[in-house]
Amino acid sequence: MLLGSRLLTGAAVVVGVPALIVGYIALVEWLVARLPFVWQPKVRPWLWLLPALVILGFFLLYPAVDTFYLSLFDTTGKQYVGLQNYTYFFTTQGTLIALRNTAYWLIFLSIFTVALGLIFAVLFDRVKYEAAAKGILFLPMAISFTAASIIWKLQYDYQPPGAAQTGTLNQIITLLGGQPVAWMVDPRVNNLALNWVGIWMWTGFALVILSAGLKSIPGDIIEAARVDGANEWQILRSIMIPMMSTTIIVVGTTMVINALKIFDIIYVMTGGFYNTDVLAVHMYIEMFDNLQFGRASAVATLLLITIIPFMLINIRRFREQEAMR
Amino acid sequence: MKAEWITHAVITERARIRHRSHFLTRAPLHLIIFLVCLIWLVPTFALLVSSFRPENLIATTGWWTAFVPPFHFTLDLYKQALSQAGMGQSFLNSLFITIPATVIPIMIAAFAAYAFAWMDFPGKDVLFVIVVGLLVVPLQMTLIPVLRVYDKLHLSGTFPGIWLAHTGYGLPFAIYLLRNFFGGLPREMLESAYLDGASGFTAFFNLVLPLSVPAIASLAIFQFLWVWNDLLVALIFLGFNPSLQPMTVNIANLVNSLGSGWQLLTAAAFISMALPLVVFIALQRYFVRGILAGSIKG
Repeated sequence: MLLGSRLLTGAAVVVGVPALIVGYIALVEWLVARLPFVWQPKVRPWLWLLPALVILGFFLLYPAVDTFYLSLFDTTGKQYVGLQNYTYFFTTQGTLIALRNTAYWLIFLSIFTVALGLIFAVLFDRVKYEAAAKGILFLPMAISFTAASIIWKLQYDYQPPGAAQTGTLNQIITLLGGQPVAWMVDPRVNNLALNWVGIWMWTGFALVILSAGLKSIPGDIIEAARVDGANEWQILRSIMIPMMSTTIIVVGTTMVINALKIFDIIYVMTGGFYNTDVLAVHMYIEMFDNLQFGRASAVATLLLITIIPFMLINIRRFREQEAMR
Repeated sequence: MKAEWITHAVITERARIRHRSHFLTRAPLHLIIFLVCLIWLVPTFALLVSSFRPENLIATTGWWTAFVPPFHFTLDLYKQALSQAGMGQSFLNSLFITIPATVIPIMIAAFAAYAFAWMDFPGKDVLFVIVVGLLVVPLQMTLIPVLRVYDKLHLSGTFPGIWLAHTGYGLPFAIYLLRNFFGGLPREMLESAYLDGASGFTAFFNLVLPLSVPAIASLAIFQFLWVWNDLLVALIFLGFNPSLQPMTVNIANLVNSLGSGWQLLTAAAFISMALPLVVFIALQRYFVRGILAGSIKG
């Protein structure tokens, strides 16, 4: 019953919504055609942009401003408290750990994905089965962080010493004569273990972009360097990396932004416990578990402030591209 | 001229010798690549194997023991996932969320991108730079205000609410990608269409859209994967309602409530991965093209 009516609604939506959107543009064009000729080019663009601008305004621009405003109030949203939510953030043990872990994510995710992506791009470039190898590394991109978390819980699973290990990693360690490690609980390794899940998921992305960048370097430059006796390491360091610097920066900034937003892996794998909290998870906890909207808004505002430099890099790069067009 | 030709020949000859290097000297390279691929594949493979193992064995023995006799393989976990865990319902919910949340933003972005690429208006560049800037705004920044308005409008916990939210969060990238593609279409073609008396409407639907199928395809894959795999937006705007929640929310909840019994979720996780993996493998070409267009546009 529920399913039947839902399928019907589904069909109506899949046909109806696009028809509505196309209908909007048809209406716009019909109206514009009735305007005086000089007015047409002035009005038309704004009507074509209107749906996008309204939605962007409501979902991204207005909330960004409102969140900052809310961060200056207490949890009721009525009592102005100045920067109290921010001082709370910077003086509480738990939030500082979230801040530290976000910094870990930022550093490890960007360095490892770029470094591994670059190394794999260079290595894969030399074999005939390059496409297949890339495809394998790229595959995790299709998987949700939630499913990836289950996948990696299976790898990191821990049983006490002496018991049969169920996690791949601990099985290998015990076979080599070591003690099993509680990957998700031990504060010495758990953040790194979680970072690795992100690295596993995003290296393929870095690889694809860096590999395209590598192939755009003219082959004779590298060949000439080889003839002159440069070894592979020198070629990588003095030719490939400098010539790919823009691509490397693009991948790096993308990873920094991904790292700042990381949420799912931690929410599913540890719930932010055992000192693995990050800013995005911490904000969710303040918002839904503690109902501290002011504090949650302050965390969100700090996230945005951290991201602004990367936003500016993004805009500057875009401007440069436009200038070259 | 001739000397140049000879040096060139010498260089290529040396390069050939270098490249025709022995299989033995290249063995370490193949070995490293093989190991890298193994490290990347084993985790997913382990999940697949585990999902076909019986419940009592999965918690006490490693997945690799499945390859030693007696071979215990069963579909129990899949049956459980579909019946008790409600993954069948969640699968339909995921579809019901994802399809409109992929179609709507692409259409709206296409109109905006067309205006940005082929119409003139004051403030065009500034407006587009703002869109580029919005690409990186963290979702978290927007959740509380949007949720407050949603509560007033009774949109939270509804499908139209989450379609709109995904539309909003997907628009900056969609506009950016499509505008770059539209802008690369030949100007003469559009101008001659206008001279022939085509309206903006026909030029857009009969010329621009059909020519942009590759860009739209890559965008559609992006948006599809992003919505299908999303956890946060669904958690916030749909909440914990079993009749609405997509697979990601369902699995995340079960991980928390099952505690040490999370291994039962291997089948559920695999069900949630099946469709995106098929889409992804079938259309990977378009996906890669989209990534490259979005990052190193040259």
